[in-house]
Amino acid sequence: MKLNDLVYRKSEWLKGEGPKSNIAISTRVRVARNVKGHIYFNRAGDRQREETLDTVVSALKKSGFFKNALFLRVKDVSELDRTFLVERHLMSREHMRQFEHKALVVDESEIVSVMLNEEDHIRLQVIQSGFNITETWRIVDDIDTDLGRYLSFDYSGRFGYLTSCPTNTGTGLRASVMLHLPALAMTGQIDNVFDAISKLGLTMRGFYGEGTEALGDFFQISNQFTLGHSEMDILYNLERVINKIVLREEATREDLLKRKREEISDRIFRSYGTLKSARIITSDETIKLLSSIRLGVDLGLIKDINMARISEVLLFTQPAHLQKINNKELSPYERDIKRADLLRQKLVGD
Amino acid sequence: MKCDICGVREATVHLTEVINDKVTKLHLCEECARKKSEEMQSHFGLTDLLAGLMDLWPSMAEDRVRREAGVKCPVCGMTYQDFQKTGRLGCGQCYETFAKELGALLRKIHGSDRHAGKMPFKGKEALKEQKDLQRLKTELNELIRAEEFEKAALVRDRIKDIEEKLKEQG
Repeated sequence: MKLNDLVYRKSEWLKGEGPKSNIAISTRVRVARNVKGHIYFNRAGDRQREETLDTVVSALKKSGFFKNALFLRVKDVSELDRTFLVERHLMSREHMRQFEHKALVVDESEIVSVMLNEEDHIRLQVIQSGFNITETWRIVDDIDTDLGRYLSFDYSGRFGYLTSCPTNTGTGLRASVMLHLPALAMTGQIDNVFDAISKLGLTMRGFYGEGTEALGDFFQISNQFTLGHSEMDILYNLERVINKIVLREEATREDLLKRKREEISDRIFRSYGTLKSARIITSDETIKLLSSIRLGVDLGLIKDINMARISEVLLFTQPAHLQKINNKELSPYERDIKRADLLRQKLVGD
Repeated sequence: MKCDICGVREATVHLTEVINDKVTKLHLCEECARKKSEEMQSHFGLTDLLAGLMDLWPSMAEDRVRREAGVKCPVCGMTYQDFQKTGRLGCGQCYETFAKELGALLRKIHGSDRHAGKMPFKGKEALKEQKDLQRLKTELNELIRAEEFEKAALVRDRIKDIEEKLKEQG
């Protein structure tokens, strides 16, 4: 598999399928692992970093899970391609910024990705469409167990899996679900959700993860604690809370449709109109308007497109994706024009 | 609209900052925005937050003495002060070297310092072998007491094998 093979392929998590996909875009689960006897990335010298890479890569190649996987040295990847991989949620911004002695492995189906020599030696991630915590964890668990046959992980009976940052110690587990909550945002209930979540040991972040704004009412909710509870307990707590948020969002959507049908329809169809006719449009505006349309599709107001198309457009209108499909580097202004072209083609074209 | 910082490039990023209830709007080009965001991250990174939290508990004088004496991790050479600066540990041995400090820190972060989750495949194997070892040692003592030396020699060899295997695995 080559990196450019990814460009026109639809990522698994873009399918717009899976449980509660009207509200939950995708579910992501990752574990952090370090190799016993190897110094952590921030403290290691160049040679030690390379040794760690070799050790982990040879273990991944022994594992049956990475038979036709894409193995990339991050330093060999162009800046544009690195941004492309970040937009695709296959690697972190951190991994892209400092790219020496780092690698990325993506399995054939684009469900599994492994960052090597990020903050920890191994960050194994699985991403699925919809609200699918148990299934996603099962895949992570199987691969992690398998890798444990070929690698000795840093582990202590008391602290569990040892990680570079103490916020990951123990299970090394971070599970997150990307939710689309326009009704809760519109009615001001989102602040209550924020408050409740922090009391329940969870955190909420914006569209691109840590430290980002919640563009287009897309929110990522994830567990905060990794130690003292089993993986199943951590995941169950997250699942239980998200279930409640999803139910509340659904009820609020129905209620809005009953009480404010005209206002909601107006907002949705104005957004649709803008996206179908704009000639210059920024990424932020696109995300905000697509958010409205996504709501319109779920409420049955917009019938000529589906969730998968919206997810696809949401991804392909991002800066690096636009440049990849146009096969050249574009200035922000040129991107705004190409973005509008793409939107008209995808939303009106068929 | 031109960028507020460089005044040359077109502004494509629009930022709202709230400092002491005062709202400032900034219109920036991509490059200046990236610089600005790096600046902000270095001001308010998790590292700082962690480092700040850790300062809250230099509770025991004894711990402070240990820290000030500059106890170093024998594997990666990290001191606790280094960790306080970066918020990142240097290797697995750091967890043993600074077990006391880290135990307190982990309780603050997670509400616990005891792992209750999964165990790695090799960990499980090692644990099983540890148990076998215990069992065989008891068996050996019993055989010696019963003067069954031939059988005892066999058990002794098996103990040796397991011990060597465990040593290899570190």
